[in-house]
Amino acid sequence: MQRVYTDIIRIAGDVITVEADGIGYNDIAEVTTKMGMSLAQVIRLDDKKVSLQVFAGSRGISTGDKVRFLGHPMRVSSGKNLIGRIFNGSGAPLDKGPALSENLIDIGGPSVNPVKRIIPNKMIRTGIPMIDVFNSLVVSQKLPIFSIAGEPYNELLARIAIQAEVDIIILGGMGLKYDDYLFFKSKLEKEGALSRSIFFMHTAADPTVECLLVPDISLAVAEQFALEGKKVLTLLTDMTNFADALKEISITMEQVPSNRGYPGDLYSQLAARYEKAVDFDSAGSITILAVTTMPGDDITHPVPDNTGYITEGQFYLKNKVIEPFGSLSRLKQQVNGKTRDDHRTIMDTMIQLFAGYRETLEKQAMGFQISSWDGKLLKYGKIFEKDLMSLEVNIPLEKALDRGWEILAECFTPEETGIKKSMIEKRWPKYE
Amino acid sequence: MEYKRIGRIVKINGNMVSVEFDTIAVQNEVAYILHEDEHLKAEVIRIRGQIAETQVYEGTSGLKVGEKVGFTEELLSVELGPGLLGQIFDGLQNPLPELAKKSGFFLKRGVYLEALSAGSKWNFTPLRKTKDKIRAGDRIGFVPERIFKHYIMAPFGLAGALEIIKIAEKGPYKLKDKIATLKDQNGKLHEVTLVQNWPVKVPISAYREKLKPEEPLITKMRLIDSLFPVGKGGTYCIPGPFGSGKTVLQQLTSRHAEVDIVVIAACGERAGEVVETLKTFPELIDPRTGKPLSERTVIICNTSSMPVAARESSVYTAVTIAEYYRQMGLNVLLLADSTSRWAQAMREMSGRLEEIPGEEAFPAYLESRIASFYERAGMVRLWDGSYGSVTIGGTVSPAGGNFEEPVTQATLKVVGAFHGLSRERSDARRYPAIDPLISWSKYKSIIDPAQMQAGHRILKKSHDISQMMKVIGEEGTSLEDFIDYLKGEFFDFVYLQQNAFDPVDEATSAERQKYVFNFIYEKILKTKFDFKDKEEARHFFHTLRQEFKGWNSIAPDTDEFKKIEKDIIALIGEKCKESIPTLSE
Repeated sequence: MQRVYTDIIRIAGDVITVEADGIGYNDIAEVTTKMGMSLAQVIRLDDKKVSLQVFAGSRGISTGDKVRFLGHPMRVSSGKNLIGRIFNGSGAPLDKGPALSENLIDIGGPSVNPVKRIIPNKMIRTGIPMIDVFNSLVVSQKLPIFSIAGEPYNELLARIAIQAEVDIIILGGMGLKYDDYLFFKSKLEKEGALSRSIFFMHTAADPTVECLLVPDISLAVAEQFALEGKKVLTLLTDMTNFADALKEISITMEQVPSNRGYPGDLYSQLAARYEKAVDFDSAGSITILAVTTMPGDDITHPVPDNTGYITEGQFYLKNKVIEPFGSLSRLKQQVNGKTRDDHRTIMDTMIQLFAGYRETLEKQAMGFQISSWDGKLLKYGKIFEKDLMSLEVNIPLEKALDRGWEILAECFTPEETGIKKSMIEKRWPKYE
Repeated sequence: MEYKRIGRIVKINGNMVSVEFDTIAVQNEVAYILHEDEHLKAEVIRIRGQIAETQVYEGTSGLKVGEKVGFTEELLSVELGPGLLGQIFDGLQNPLPELAKKSGFFLKRGVYLEALSAGSKWNFTPLRKTKDKIRAGDRIGFVPERIFKHYIMAPFGLAGALEIIKIAEKGPYKLKDKIATLKDQNGKLHEVTLVQNWPVKVPISAYREKLKPEEPLITKMRLIDSLFPVGKGGTYCIPGPFGSGKTVLQQLTSRHAEVDIVVIAACGERAGEVVETLKTFPELIDPRTGKPLSERTVIICNTSSMPVAARESSVYTAVTIAEYYRQMGLNVLLLADSTSRWAQAMREMSGRLEEIPGEEAFPAYLESRIASFYERAGMVRLWDGSYGSVTIGGTVSPAGGNFEEPVTQATLKVVGAFHGLSRERSDARRYPAIDPLISWSKYKSIIDPAQMQAGHRILKKSHDISQMMKVIGEEGTSLEDFIDYLKGEFFDFVYLQQNAFDPVDEATSAERQKYVFNFIYEKILKTKFDFKDKEEARHFFHTLRQEFKGWNSIAPDTDEFKKIEKDIIALIGEKCKESIPTLSE
């Protein structure tokens, strides 16, 4: 069968239409132009008219250029040889290593049968008290970091990646600034984590639609490792860029937009990626940590909004700290009952008191009278922010819990905390 | 498989495939796309000229223009018969545990298994004899299924009077063995097996009449049963932003609700939540039957990453199974989580069909589809005079947590109760996070209406005062107002809020709700208290709250329960102006 066509009849946005026969839906093609070669994927078939999204963008494509169909959907090489390597959004090497073509697997494969999943039950320790103590991260969790631009979300991702006890780290970058790419690379290299990492990098300078492949490629590779019994951590930054690329393509294809220009299937598209997070019954796991930047700190924006309905909680990064209100780990109950007997007590008590501190701050700002209780809360809040909330703090869970008791004892009497007696007797610090 | 007609693919756009046909096509018939050795299920959803547009219930990768499509002339149907209870199906009624045995970790496309195992044997007992005159839906015998008598009924689709020509004797039969032969008015013979098929989008209407939901359905959630009740055969919706506890609320309801059977439709939500239900239910004991909860539960699970068209059909599959058990005189509760994902599935398809969009790109028929789905709920009187009901509770996931959006609004028009969740309540860890100031119900409560009104009033007043205090400060509020504020907060903390992790507090019986509500009404809400200042009032209510919370986690009919009750009365006695009514005998 003929596989090479030269009849490009339409070019609009990053979508080209060519007349061809016997083409499979979602198949991949190579478009060769004088600027070079780019991959493209079939996104609509209408009789002989085949529409493709061109990952490198349509700039410079001539109606006479060659489109060669490969006869299969997008594939990526998988397995050990990828470890320590850096690729672009289409899976081509960015480092000096060779291109890989063994163990090819289709990307965007079918979803996991729910009965083959297990209830998540293993905690991932990060050394960050705001996560470990207050919103524990769990193996197989899918969790985005909601943040406005300018917050240190990539630093946070890198820190969690280095400290997490996982076998493989896969970093999918979408619209990443080149600086950030270099940051990730040097940080992981310095900490010796590069040898268990794989990068799929799409930078802000690359064509927008190329980033559409990044989550699928990253997760397909992750899935292979998980099936082999490996614990995989996948980092996706920034999913808002992915959603914007979806928007761009759907508008080009004249789809009716649903909300602020985003396509009606945004939820399904995001879910198809996030739901790849899994703890397999009798195999490994995939944990997904993603970044969702919120335009204008607006949590009701379609991207964070749809994401929040899909993921198992979110870390809300604001003013360079993980905000305790608004952050949530839906799976924390699965693990924080088994760590130390005072974990849940410390978690609940300290947050309640911290809420009291925030109220007092408001009261103070409004100029109302400050009682002696308010004074205690103000003292407590300041220490809490410095010793537990700050992202500078890097201590294991047990140390963080101990520090929690010390802070409580510094600021309150045991009765004022509302902690039940038996726990006070066991854990309240005794100063002689 | 035999196909009635064959067509060919001319266009593919996502999961919409247009098929050219030669002779005829039937709206909503099932078709199969014949791709290499795969057969992919699809449904005809629009016909224009010689083109049938179909929605495919699977991924469409690799399909090509020109490939063949087989039409079946049958509507999308489910199998109804013994063996449904305890099962986990996808939106097309494929049993997921069987699929896992066959295809392993992943849901391979184009694999369809029989919903009910044809090889299974059931002990049939006839209830009728030959020459009996019956009609569609009449019981002709039963088989035992778990704790229920599973009635075998004359096929729902037959019209007019039917005569039993032949009926099997008592004994074990396979699912598809003939157990009876019926003759209709035109003399045509119909074979009856233990299982029958029914098209999911058509309500089963083989009953005498539909009645108004009068009887309350006890969910054992105080806030719902006492203030915003649900009626058996009624409908209710739970809209709420993400993280406000919709799914937890549904899970608690599925455990504690006083109904015979619960059908859970996990529609387009997280797989993890379904996993929790399906792994824990076999271990949780239903206090009413002493058997695992899974034995009274059917799960239809089409999670967010499963094909979107099957998500659309999953709620229909679920409601059809619910109606089937209703026909046996049982009370069934259908919990759909989340109807917004179902609506979004319609939106995706509508977009591909290039229909003119309505608000937020939802199709213009959104409201009528939602209405006709909820209308399948109801309390019915069956032919033999017995009653059965289907109650539908659907969650809604409004975009941005804004209730003004089309799905919430369309749902509010047709349901009988609205349990609106609010982010403020869930942020303040006030669970269940149903906001008492915006929610409503048209059904009858177990609580005396006057007392219930008083409950609503104090919540409203307390809220108003707290809003005012934010502006003028505590020092600018009168003591009297401050006490009302504390009363409302107290009522919220000890009655509306329920601790899902406390084995006693997580479920409160109707009896206890009536008793405690009356107690709070008579001895606290109505009482005039005498405090020196606000500090004393606050301290008093905090102590009272602590005592009451302890009371909530003590089982009734214990000495401890009575002791705490006495302590509370004594505590109140110290601070009230007039003597309070003593313990009601």
